[in-house]
Amino acid sequence: MIPATFEYHAPSNLKEAIRLLGEHNSGAKILAGGHSLLPMMKLRFAAPAHLIDLNRVPELKGIREQGGMIRIGAMTTENEIIASELLRTKCPLLPEAARQIADPQVRNCGTVGGDIAHGDPGNDHPAIALATEASFVLTGPKGERTVAADGFFLGTYSTQLQADEILTEIRVPAIGKGTGWAYCKLKRKTGDFATAAAAVQLQLDGNTCKKIVIALTNVAPTALKAKDAAALLTGKTIDDKLIEQAAQKVMSICDPAEDLRGDREYKTHMAAEMTRRAIRLALERAKGK
Amino acid sequence: MATTAERVEREAKLEGVGCARKRKEDPRFIQGKGNYVDDLKLPGTVFGVVVRSPYAHARIKSINKDKALKLPGVLAVLTANDLKPLKLHWMPTLAGDVQAVLADEKVCFQYQEVAMVIAENRYIAADGADLVEVEYEELPAVVDPHKALEPNAPVIRDDIKDKKEAGQGPRRHHNHIFTWEVGDKAGTDKVFQSAEVTVKQAMVNPRVHPCPLETCGCVASFDKVRGELTVYMTSQAPHVIRTVVSLLSGLPESKIRVVSPDIGGGFGNKVGVYPGYVCAIVASIVLGRPVKWIETRIENLATTAFARDYHLVGELAADKNGRIKALRVNVIADHGAFNSHAQPTKWPAGLFSICTGSYDIPVAHVKVDGVYTNKAPGGVAYRCSFRVTEAVHLIERMIDVLAQKLNVDKAEIRMRNFIKREQFPYTSALGWQYDSGDYHTALKKVLDAVNYPALRKEQEEKRKRGELMGIGLCTFTEIVGAGPTKACDILGIGMFDSAEIRVHPTGSVIARMGTITQGQGHATTYAQIIASELGLPSENIQIEEGDTSTAPYGLGTYGSRSTPVGGAATAMAARKIRDKARKIAAHLLEVPEGDLEWDIDRFKVKGVPGQEKTMKEIAWAAYNNVPEGMEMGLEAVDYYDPPNFTYPFGAYLAVVDIDRYTGETKVRRFYALDDCGTRINPMIIEGQIHGGLTEAFAVAMGQKLEFDEGGNLLSNSLMDYFVPTAAETPKWELDHTVTKSPHHPIGAKGVAESPHVGGIPCLNNAVVDAFAHLGVTDMEMPHTAYSVWKTIHKLGLDKR
Ligand SMILES: Cc1cc2nc3c(=O)[nH]c(=O)nc-3n(C[C@H](O)[C@H](O)[C@H](O)COP(=O)(O)OP(=O)(O)OC[C@H]3O[C@@H](n4cnc5c(N)ncnc54)[C@H](O)[C@@H]3O)c2cc1C
Repeated sequence: MIPATFEYHAPSNLKEAIRLLGEHNSGAKILAGGHSLLPMMKLRFAAPAHLIDLNRVPELKGIREQGGMIRIGAMTTENEIIASELLRTKCPLLPEAARQIADPQVRNCGTVGGDIAHGDPGNDHPAIALATEASFVLTGPKGERTVAADGFFLGTYSTQLQADEILTEIRVPAIGKGTGWAYCKLKRKTGDFATAAAAVQLQLDGNTCKKIVIALTNVAPTALKAKDAAALLTGKTIDDKLIEQAAQKVMSICDPAEDLRGDREYKTHMAAEMTRRAIRLALERAKGK
Repeated sequence: MATTAERVEREAKLEGVGCARKRKEDPRFIQGKGNYVDDLKLPGTVFGVVVRSPYAHARIKSINKDKALKLPGVLAVLTANDLKPLKLHWMPTLAGDVQAVLADEKVCFQYQEVAMVIAENRYIAADGADLVEVEYEELPAVVDPHKALEPNAPVIRDDIKDKKEAGQGPRRHHNHIFTWEVGDKAGTDKVFQSAEVTVKQAMVNPRVHPCPLETCGCVASFDKVRGELTVYMTSQAPHVIRTVVSLLSGLPESKIRVVSPDIGGGFGNKVGVYPGYVCAIVASIVLGRPVKWIETRIENLATTAFARDYHLVGELAADKNGRIKALRVNVIADHGAFNSHAQPTKWPAGLFSICTGSYDIPVAHVKVDGVYTNKAPGGVAYRCSFRVTEAVHLIERMIDVLAQKLNVDKAEIRMRNFIKREQFPYTSALGWQYDSGDYHTALKKVLDAVNYPALRKEQEEKRKRGELMGIGLCTFTEIVGAGPTKACDILGIGMFDSAEIRVHPTGSVIARMGTITQGQGHATTYAQIIASELGLPSENIQIEEGDTSTAPYGLGTYGSRSTPVGGAATAMAARKIRDKARKIAAHLLEVPEGDLEWDIDRFKVKGVPGQEKTMKEIAWAAYNNVPEGMEMGLEAVDYYDPPNFTYPFGAYLAVVDIDRYTGETKVRRFYALDDCGTRINPMIIEGQIHGGLTEAFAVAMGQKLEFDEGGNLLSNSLMDYFVPTAAETPKWELDHTVTKSPHHPIGAKGVAESPHVGGIPCLNNAVVDAFAHLGVTDMEMPHTAYSVWKTIHKLGLDKR
């Protein structure tokens, strides 16, 4: 449980961080909250020669609103997300999910940027980013680029992030009127990753579902956007029958890995069950119940 | 005359037996001022890290230490070849087998110890361990004990392949260890042949791990000049360890000091002697420097002392009314790669034969077969007396199965079969003499408290609506306090325990015991026993344990033996002191001893008010004015050999609600009534029961050491090995009755393990009960959401 030897760098601004990352390139790893990286290093599954700690980079902190977009610094911790009044009113799915991540100790250190950049299908933020239609700002030696969450996640531990880039900001559109949301996560105990989870964000126009996004956690090599299921519900008045059809559609795209949380069949069924529950809860919220 | 109020006040001041005084040890622990093995910083300490096998079964073709030895700061790399000249590459186990200290030519379980790297600090040692190159040739592994007994199963133990026995009687297969039988086979078979009703049920107590918060570890410090060895270690039995170390090392016991400092939980995990200890000791003797070895969590879960892994088949014969006529049990016991289970020597299946439970069963037969597999060695009593959890699990499941078959209520069938109060002392069909009990009263109290008929009615209505609600009962009897030395020994040493009490001139007391607390609160409760026996306030009674240089020899703390054996020794030693005090009092008051009577904290002359001497006064006199011919001082030692075990019991009831779409189980209610005889400190009892129930909840609902077919341990961290937090843990409702042990000096029985022993079957029965109306008679533990869902899905209960 002791990592291999590494060199530690603590840059004080983003420019320096990017320079260090460029210098050491493949041998370097960004250190954010450390709650995914350090366990891997302690088990010596990862042995980076250089750690570049972003905790002293002030530009990467904070949550603000700009032109209907909520901008969240990549180094914002889960607990800061939970405490944010702005997010509670404008992007309520984020704090709802953050509250279900790990335990208070992990949430004190773990960052939203690290959760996304890590590319772990067990992490919760990827599905939330898909459901909220977020985009990510990636900064490298050549400057900034912005990519949509949809398409960012390529496979287990694999994303569009390049080795010389840092995820600097997460941009989330503020919710509109008549929006309902829910993140339903089945887990074995406090501090566990999802056996399966479903994120739903929908908008009602009267009783009609104007728009809905459904995203799933930990039932495939990446977070999944359940597009067919959403298409079934869009433009309709959602009832139990439609929910059931959507749940069936969700099952058809699951491709989970078996582990002690369950076999593929169980996880697939649980993805459907979490979807049912999330749609129902989101509907209730949209209707102001 | 002393008024009642005055006497009550005097008694209260003592804070003796019955007082819910706060734990003396807590201020230290709460302030982070405990002193655990890893806190120890002896000058010059070096660190040992164990190199472990990635394979469950493999031949070792070569070990190359060169690269590791070249790393600056690495001092030595020990392998089996280095231990061979000392004859320490193998060590004897408590069960008459041998265990590899460092793997000798082959490894038989994943994470088995292959080498130890000793370095200047733990960081270099970890790097060094990475540099030891071991070449393996993988062999097929056997994980399932049933498969291990197949004719063509791989040979796990080449070293004893041709031996006809492995320390515990004849063996019939290369992976077979022993067969142990008890009871009347012919008589039992006969009853089964003509019985009106019989039921049979297979069940498993899966392999689990006690997983104490603090892992195992030690600091071994050999003083080359004096030839003295001190070992600070996480041991539940420091005196026995000293004897074992002496036998293994050849050092005289007088030159070995074993110290158990504060221990962060044991639960059976810290009873045994582990390779890490042996290597650290050897390394210290070789290097002449203190060597520290501390397990990581993975090492703890993967290698040191698991529990259970019992694969049972139970059968009951009964009449139409559900009166049980006979019990038959067959067990396959998976002991892992080496038979190093921790039981009293003569009991290869521990006290499993308590499995007739709280019921008056005329005849019974039990057979247990021990088996080797490619899994870690062990088989300890995880918060229970030896194999008692398995025994209670069996009978409590069987009686439910019988009730289901006969369509008799599960509480009613227990009432029909209980041993009656007037039958005590009661001799069971398998030979145990139950000391005392009142099972009917206990169960009735519980049923009344929860309004049992209303719960059953609610369940019936829910079943009609397709909802899953289960009610579990467990009316258990434990056997604890090993034990009478005629029946129980460890390596030939009888399982007595001891206390040494010294009263100072001012009436304060120091007492030392052969037991060792790991969270049980001995410093608090032993002092209360002495306070009541001697009439001196517990506040000024210091308790010390765990240092073999100061404490009298004892067998340690496990199997709920501290109160039944150590507590008895404490009371007896205190009584010896009181006897002497009486003589001194008679001398001081110038009356014959017979004229004196004991009154809380003093001796009084009968019928003469005011003529009295308090214990405080007597203590002073003991050091300056004793009767002619009497030695000065006021102290005593007692080595207590209990005449019998004690038999705590209880009645538990659990109500669970199961989500039929996810399989999640919620424990809505848990009502636990315990009877541990005399209650020394009710607050500590409640704390112990809370802890035990929480561990029972862990075992029933989530804990399992899971292996894949290749013998790889899948649940090797706390992410996958379930340890409940406050968020998961149900609310516990406690109750009690008091049925004293007739043979224990203060009538106490031991309590801390009852909730674990009784809690697991209770929760298990509750989950199965939720499906009982659908013909389900058993479900494999642990009842995780996934596992329960499989039953739900198979029955089609999750259809929309
Ligand atoms: C017990 C436990 C339970 C957990 N349960 C959950 C859970 O239920 N749900 C969940 O979502 N997570 C869970 N986690 C993971 C936790 O949320 C992590 O904090 C998170 O996954 C990673 O964030 P971090 O800030 O700790 O990143 P780190 O561990 O520091 O980094 C993770 C990876 O991302 C890279 N990285 C980090 N930040 C950036 C950046 N800004 N730009 C580029 N690369 C970056 C690092 O180089 C590293 O490769 C759990 C962790 C633990 C220890």
